[in-house]
Amino acid sequence: MNKELIRLRVNGEDLEIAVAPARLLLDALREDLGLTGTKRGCDDSSCGCCAVLIDGVPMLSCAALAVSCEGSEVTTVEGLGAAAALDPVQEGFVECAGAQCGFCTPGFMISTVALLKRNPNPSLEEIREALSSNLCRCTGYMQIYESVRYAIEKHRAEAAPSAAIPAGMRLRS
Amino acid sequence: MSVADAKLSTVGKRMVMTDARTKIVGLGKYADDLTAPGMLIGRILHSPHPHARIVSIDTSRAQALPGVKGIVTGKDAPIPYGILPIGHDECVFAVDKVRYIGDNVAAVAATSAEIAEQALDLIRVEYEVLPAWVDPETSMTAESNWIHETRPHNIEKEYHHVFGDPDAGFSRADFVAEQRYVAGEVNHAAMEPHATLAIWEPNDRMTVYSSTQVPYYLHRTISEVCEMPMSQIRVIKPLIGSGFGGKSEVIPIEIAASVLAKKTKKPVKITYTREEVFYAHRGRPRTIVDLRMGITRDGKITAVQARVVQDGGAYCGFGPVTVLYSGALLGAIYDVPAVRYDGYRVLTNKPACGAMRGHGTVNVRFAFESMLDQLARQAGLDPANVRRVNLLKAPCITVNGLRVTSYGLPECVDKVVERSGWDAKRGKLPYGKGIGIACSHYVSGAANPIIRSNMPHTTVNIKIDRDAAVTVYSGASDIGQGSDTMQVQVVAEVLGVRPERVKLISADTELTPIDLGSYSSRVTFMAGNACIEAAKNMREQILAAVAEQFGCRPVELECVNEVIQKKSDARMRVGFDEAVVMAIDFHGALVSQGAYAPPEEARGGKFKGAGVGPSPSYSYSAQVAEVTVDPETGRVRVDRIVAAHDCGKALNPLAVEGQVIGSVYMGFGQAMQEEMIWSDGRLMNPSLLEYRIPTTLENPHIDCIIVESEDPEGPFGAKEAGEGSLAATIPAISNAIYDAVGVRITTVPFSPEVILEALRKKQRGAGNGGTSASASPRAAQ
Repeated sequence: MNKELIRLRVNGEDLEIAVAPARLLLDALREDLGLTGTKRGCDDSSCGCCAVLIDGVPMLSCAALAVSCEGSEVTTVEGLGAAAALDPVQEGFVECAGAQCGFCTPGFMISTVALLKRNPNPSLEEIREALSSNLCRCTGYMQIYESVRYAIEKHRAEAAPSAAIPAGMRLRS
Repeated sequence: MSVADAKLSTVGKRMVMTDARTKIVGLGKYADDLTAPGMLIGRILHSPHPHARIVSIDTSRAQALPGVKGIVTGKDAPIPYGILPIGHDECVFAVDKVRYIGDNVAAVAATSAEIAEQALDLIRVEYEVLPAWVDPETSMTAESNWIHETRPHNIEKEYHHVFGDPDAGFSRADFVAEQRYVAGEVNHAAMEPHATLAIWEPNDRMTVYSSTQVPYYLHRTISEVCEMPMSQIRVIKPLIGSGFGGKSEVIPIEIAASVLAKKTKKPVKITYTREEVFYAHRGRPRTIVDLRMGITRDGKITAVQARVVQDGGAYCGFGPVTVLYSGALLGAIYDVPAVRYDGYRVLTNKPACGAMRGHGTVNVRFAFESMLDQLARQAGLDPANVRRVNLLKAPCITVNGLRVTSYGLPECVDKVVERSGWDAKRGKLPYGKGIGIACSHYVSGAANPIIRSNMPHTTVNIKIDRDAAVTVYSGASDIGQGSDTMQVQVVAEVLGVRPERVKLISADTELTPIDLGSYSSRVTFMAGNACIEAAKNMREQILAAVAEQFGCRPVELECVNEVIQKKSDARMRVGFDEAVVMAIDFHGALVSQGAYAPPEEARGGKFKGAGVGPSPSYSYSAQVAEVTVDPETGRVRVDRIVAAHDCGKALNPLAVEGQVIGSVYMGFGQAMQEEMIWSDGRLMNPSLLEYRIPTTLENPHIDCIIVESEDPEGPFGAKEAGEGSLAATIPAISNAIYDAVGVRITTVPFSPEVILEALRKKQRGAGNGGTSASASPRAAQ
């Protein structure tokens, strides 16, 4: 099958890639662009490991054709954060052990980044709702909630530099 | 080996995992992320029949497809293998017959996944279909058509153990209960599907990157099946997207990729689909437990008797070990004077079961803790107090010969009772709300290796060169649980340096000494102790050199905060970097080694099957679950679980909390919603959409309490943390359901159908099994 040349912006870089019409965005990212941080955990779009931001919206890259992303801006885990600094969400997943094996973590972080963008101060119920399309088999989710709360506090502290960043958040509160 | 008395600077602190930053920027490489120049993609052809003889295989059309570079079938690799020396019963591709839907028949390596898949469609296999055995209780009565001719009546193994005098125990009991419990089959569902990249290299060498918990056993098995010396093979464990036991034995994909690489002389990668992961399986078997237990009026257990049948699937795998753990751990958590155990591992035409988190203990613990709750209520006793009156008095030896060196269970029970508000809630909640308690325990590594030998279970090397970086070479496999971080902490602590100075090279058979693998929760105890010994040996060399300079004896020196100083005069000091240079000038390059083997006294009794169950130390857990049951719909919501876990010493509390909560989560999943559903040997729910592991929406609030009993032989007093909590969750929930609505649930998972059926039975007055039918829970108190 003939390949099509598509243009898209991935993690801030304008790219041109040739893909077959049936090529999934997930495969294009992992195999054509070498961005293996985005993971495949299932066959039926049920695990959330492959979530990426397409024009700021969290989407499953296994459920999107690469050609349908022509002209879009795609952000993967490799594109989170600034050049030399982690995104507060990434920091949260490190500091609060939101990542154990790390396989589901890129997807969780993508969903979290999207959540905090549209709702900077979500309740626990809103966090649970927003992350319900991502499966994690290691953590039992509790430390993921802590990771999200860490990011919320970090964002808040950055917005109001005088506010102190809470030193580590404990599960027992 | 305990150094628990020392003032600790790194151990015991909440430490971020050493590889966390690599993972969260997407740099971490898992097996499927790897590539090699000229790499081919492999795909496996699976059997569509649960039991059939292979009449012929024609690969000629597939072979002719452009892009196909190699096809392998049973005759390319006919040597049988298996994780246990007594169970070498599977070939990577079926040689004579297929034994389950999904059994491996052939594999193709091609220039793309699409071509490999097309090629599979072109392979013609002629089968002679045989009757299939899909139910274990029927299968074990088979007189012919056995799944393996060497296993009469389809019984893989049976064990019959008697400890103490069970008959006398039952005759002096004031209350005796008898009940059948059935727990459904569950899968690990690790988020990373298995993947293997096997690279054929010049000089007939092969390097294999694989998603394995057991690089050493994989190394051995590739050598056996590929008929290559181990010295020509290198196995490397990349990052692992967790295992939970699903990667703790050699999985067909690993051998298939190796055989294809050897045949094509090219790099070959195979990655399972999620459906293939379910069919590769090795999860927790469906288990039928016929349990009998007696207690006195005071709640003291007098005897326990269990007949256990495990639906093991078509191959041996870890099967005999699973059924032995069920017997060995059944009564060993409490002071039980008499145990009778009859365990059967039965073959059926389904994927092989194997080791899964809480290996062997989970389903019998569910039965035991449910029945203990039932008897407590019959006797009019508080179920928490019944646990208390049956506690062991450690140190001790259990009736079946297991040595208990530390025992934090009493504190675990006290802590969960206190934190949950047990005394205020028990029996006082409105109808539909309930609270339940249960306990569990687990081994901190098996005291006896899978393959009997005198080799240490773990060996660790440390190297320090003039840059003063501490490099630890350890074969232990981090599968996401944080064992790399644990080893860094331990070495940093002993050497008195910052953990950032310590680098860990792990699980690469060419670089790291042998470690038996990540299974049976052995790594903290065994690799931790080996790290302590290696670091102490390294410290001695550094101290000797500094002592020479200072004109004192090494024992007069200490290593703290990156400094070597005289204990009596801290002005006599030298920085770690400088001390290393002194030592290198004095000794030459610095290398040290440490190893761990369980002590002889920890290795258990001498009877048949005594090798499984003994451990250098045991973890303990107590949990309280609170539930809301809707009697109209049968839906159960688990509102909260309080879990206390005795891990000896939390080397890294951040990681211990993650392990305990993760275990409870997995127990919750099995209790409430996970089950592999079979129909004539076909899995009805081989996907994460249909096999429903809990999401953030179902998962309850889990509250973790760490209990530290300081094991005398554990590294800094530590024991296991990653498995022991799982088994208490299921009975804590079922006991809470009874408290809520007065029905004993004896079938896992506790689906709305099961709850409704039990409620209807109770309404009809037919009872719901066992001896609990006679009294409502409130009346029993």
